Amino acid sequence: MHNVCRTLPESTERSIQFVVEADESTYDDAPMALDLSAIRREFATLHTNVSGAPVVYLDSAATALTPDSVWEDMRAFEKNARSNVHRGMHVLAERATDAYEAARDTVRTFVGAKHSQEIIFTKNTTEAINLVAHTFGETLEAGDTVLVSELEHHSAIVPWQQLAERKGIVVEWIGTDDNGNVRMDEYEQFLETRRVRLVMITAQSNVLGSRPPLKSMIQKAHTAGAVVLVDAAQFAAHHQVDVQAMDCDFLVFSGHKVYGPTGVGVLFGKRKLLEDMPPFLGGGSMIRTVTKEGFTPADIPQKFEAGTPPITQVIGLASAINWQAQFSWEEREAHERELLAHARKGLATIEGLTLLGTADASGCVSFTVDGVHPHDLTDVIGKQGICLRAGHHCAQPLHARLGVPATARLSVGIYNTTEDIDRCRERITNAVNLLRK
Amino acid sequence: MERLWRAVSFLWYFLCLADKESTYNTAIVDLYAENILAHSKNPHHRGALVDATVTHEEINHACGDTVTLSLTIADGNITAIGWEGNGCAISQAGMSILSEELVGMPVDKALSLRKEDIFALLGVPVGTRRTKCALLCLHTLKNTLRSAAGKPAQSWLDTVEIEGE
Ligand SMILES: Cc1ncc(COP(=O)(O)O)c(C=O)c1O
Repeated sequence: MHNVCRTLPESTERSIQFVVEADESTYDDAPMALDLSAIRREFATLHTNVSGAPVVYLDSAATALTPDSVWEDMRAFEKNARSNVHRGMHVLAERATDAYEAARDTVRTFVGAKHSQEIIFTKNTTEAINLVAHTFGETLEAGDTVLVSELEHHSAIVPWQQLAERKGIVVEWIGTDDNGNVRMDEYEQFLETRRVRLVMITAQSNVLGSRPPLKSMIQKAHTAGAVVLVDAAQFAAHHQVDVQAMDCDFLVFSGHKVYGPTGVGVLFGKRKLLEDMPPFLGGGSMIRTVTKEGFTPADIPQKFEAGTPPITQVIGLASAINWQAQFSWEEREAHERELLAHARKGLATIEGLTLLGTADASGCVSFTVDGVHPHDLTDVIGKQGICLRAGHHCAQPLHARLGVPATARLSVGIYNTTEDIDRCRERITNAVNLLRK
Repeated sequence: MERLWRAVSFLWYFLCLADKESTYNTAIVDLYAENILAHSKNPHHRGALVDATVTHEEINHACGDTVTLSLTIADGNITAIGWEGNGCAISQAGMSILSEELVGMPVDKALSLRKEDIFALLGVPVGTRRTKCALLCLHTLKNTLRSAAGKPAQSWLDTVEIEGE
């Protein structure tokens, strides 16, 4: 059962119960179809009108919508327990601290980590990657190599280029083929011939929807003595994360792409690594002692959480995770596979439209249309309430590799329907007729 | 009393929404108005210019749109123009429409053009998201003329935010 406690107990005796483990036994049955109309009722944004009709939201890869119950949980927290965490002895501070730490444990379960201390809250994926670049990265020496794949988002590229400027490390690119498959031969060669210390790899491309073979890449990296940082910003919304099975050293994602609020992200790091890394930002909460002569850092995870964290957003993220636990991954994935197959089939009928990536891609499908700039296309259909993203999707090196300056991207979430896709395809067809040279 | 106030603010909220709604509707027709689409499909003065006095390229990094502008300048006047580019309908139509105005224009006058002049020329409501698309032509013109005068290029901020304030 999905039984997140929405109303906080008024009684001071009971601690707040935000986190309720999903009852596994209810999910043992074979995958059933999702009840889409019930799901859609929970997302207020889906009922917003643009140009007289409800929006068709096909931009979940940029940010997913958030169910109303998550806002309610955040509001309940603000009303009944708002105070700072780890900084007070009063009742509200205790409620807030308990809820915040319970949320950490919810995230631990969500990614399959062993210890809740391995979960660090950040602002987003970008900050989480920068955290690693500024801490683990500081232990690298001039000439050490960081491998970055061509599939990466700018937030998984630039922090390493900045580190190269600061420390003289070398950034090398793992190439891809036209379909977004990582060139394993290149990868292995780098591992054999360079002093590779870290591999930066996405678990799912935000443009092509392809998924690199993480398990074998991680194994190979470990054999070569390198650690692996997995960008799960897209992946975490479409597939179960299991950091122990994957054996990754670091993994990052954003709350807002997994149906949670903006303003919160997660870094998972293996305990031993996190303990050995220097702290990131300095300030309150991240210290054990401060004297006029200096400071000693706190233990993990506080060591990496300087200052007042985004408490309400963390509560919201846990709520979003609990909300989605009522659906099995099997049924979610089957639903999204159907949506994307429908999208690829429908889009392919539009003259001059080229689909990127392969049919087994997850989460999104990107495309170009001859003679029509993606910005014009998404602007025209956007004003008719169809929300698609266009541009380089913060992946310029990948677009350069594919030889296209910009693409349009249709991405799906749990709440989308094949009717959404049909309306979108219809509008695209009309817009193309209007715009085509 | 509070209820009344709530009812009033509720109504007000919906009125505002309805208002927004209608601007959305007009914007859709207008941004891709006939003249914009016509210029984007059949751009004027497009092509290389032989014996150009100056040639300069600008990029809108936000979306990768480019315009390369060539001008022939004689006696302080722009006497011929040619341009090439790649990008969305708004950026390319913008350059086409502006190019019509530039032939025969004194350099001083071209230098004094402001973003409001471009918006007036386009004659369509340009939203925040498309401002840089619409102003790529102006930005390129300014820096082409600055290049001709041996001056360093001005930044996008100068073109989009500062000028005309
Ligand atoms: C693969 C990937 N990595 C990183 C990010 C950055 O996420 P955020 O903007 O939340 O930091 C995104 C989202 O745009 C993404 O798709």
